[in-house]
Amino acid sequence: MATFHLEIVTPEALIFQAEVKGVIVPGIEGELGILPQHVGLMTQIVPGELRIQQEGKELRMAVGEGFLEVRPDRVSIMTEMAIDEAEIDEHAAEKAVALAEKELKDQTLSHEEIALVQSSLLRALAKLRVKRRHHN
Amino acid sequence: MANTRDIRRRIKSVKNTSQITKAMEMVAASKMRRAQQAAIAGRPYSEVINEVLVSLRDRVDKESHPLLAQREVHKTLVVLLTSDKGLCGALNTNVLRDATLLNPSSTLFVAVGRKGASFLARTGRQMIADFTLPDNPSFLQTKPISKFCLDQFLSGAVDQVNILYPKFINTLVQRPVNLQLLPISIEKADGMVPSPNASSSLARPIKAEKESEQELSETGEYLFEPSIESVLNAILPYSFHFEVFQKILDERASEQSARMVAMKAATDNAKNLVKDLTLEFNKARQASITTELLEITTAQMALG
Repeated sequence: MATFHLEIVTPEALIFQAEVKGVIVPGIEGELGILPQHVGLMTQIVPGELRIQQEGKELRMAVGEGFLEVRPDRVSIMTEMAIDEAEIDEHAAEKAVALAEKELKDQTLSHEEIALVQSSLLRALAKLRVKRRHHN
Repeated sequence: MANTRDIRRRIKSVKNTSQITKAMEMVAASKMRRAQQAAIAGRPYSEVINEVLVSLRDRVDKESHPLLAQREVHKTLVVLLTSDKGLCGALNTNVLRDATLLNPSSTLFVAVGRKGASFLARTGRQMIADFTLPDNPSFLQTKPISKFCLDQFLSGAVDQVNILYPKFINTLVQRPVNLQLLPISIEKADGMVPSPNASSSLARPIKAEKESEQELSETGEYLFEPSIESVLNAILPYSFHFEVFQKILDERASEQSARMVAMKAATDNAKNLVKDLTLEFNKARQASITTELLEITTAQMALG
């Protein structure tokens, strides 16, 4: 079975590095599946669910904004956040969503702050989406 | 010979000083570990971003994007990274010495750190912004700084953006470096923090890198989604923001290391001083005892 090398990095750490059979990422133009022998590609990714297909199992992660690069020898994903499904704290994510929504209603925020809160809201929602799908 | 009471007083005061410097050394040491870890943690990310930029290099027209195009340089913006507090050896002095060499009329400054800001004010340089950051800044906290520089560059107020900071080589060595950030020159392969001990898990042989690049340009197939412009527009500012963040972390690691080393030297010096003073104190004490004995014996002999 053909595989390719996948690595996922965030500004804080190297999150994942292994041979995988395929990966499905939330691209800016919609979900995007990458299989071995994929043509060279460079695209943006949006907060959402990332699925890594390995021999006999599938890993799910919540990712934030970032970039995806496909090269003949490997696939790199750079993102501001990447959290393994098992490590997602559902309650913390719910709280973050509630807080962000409240802050957005609050009219006192500046332009920059609104962008900040919105991106944290998207990240928290992505975490929840990954976590909940698994349970259903 | 000095009076014993004076010497005793001095010994006491030097001991107190050494206690304080010792405490500061410990604090700096623990902060240093955190700062170094933070600086190293960004390495894999910065390597991948760099690789992506390198692989983009041949596929885009350099003049087509405002962040890549070289302009004739009339004004340069220098981001000056210094510490907020002193007592960190020659760290700030070295950086500021490099800053004095820059042409005052064509150089604008953005100060990050109080030491740099007060230096610029004192020497009458053109300072257009002054930022202060906490000890362990996050990416989001440094973003306003890089955003400000980016706006200055894009509006045409400056034609080049550099960063002047003490590069972290290792705990004992920090070297001031003046690095060009904008326009982004993709050629430079290194913009990263050298790690003092951690070996990067991402390090790949350079030769393999070259081969894969060749392979790519031979096939020539490379897609951009949704378009090359939109990808560039997203990744170039992002890499600049990240670069500034990384440099600030580097400065923090340098600062804490320099402070720890300086405080260690101060503690050692104080200890030596206490040793010398104790010796002198004992000599003075002995001398006074000898004199007293002499006086007693002389008096006795006189009484006969």
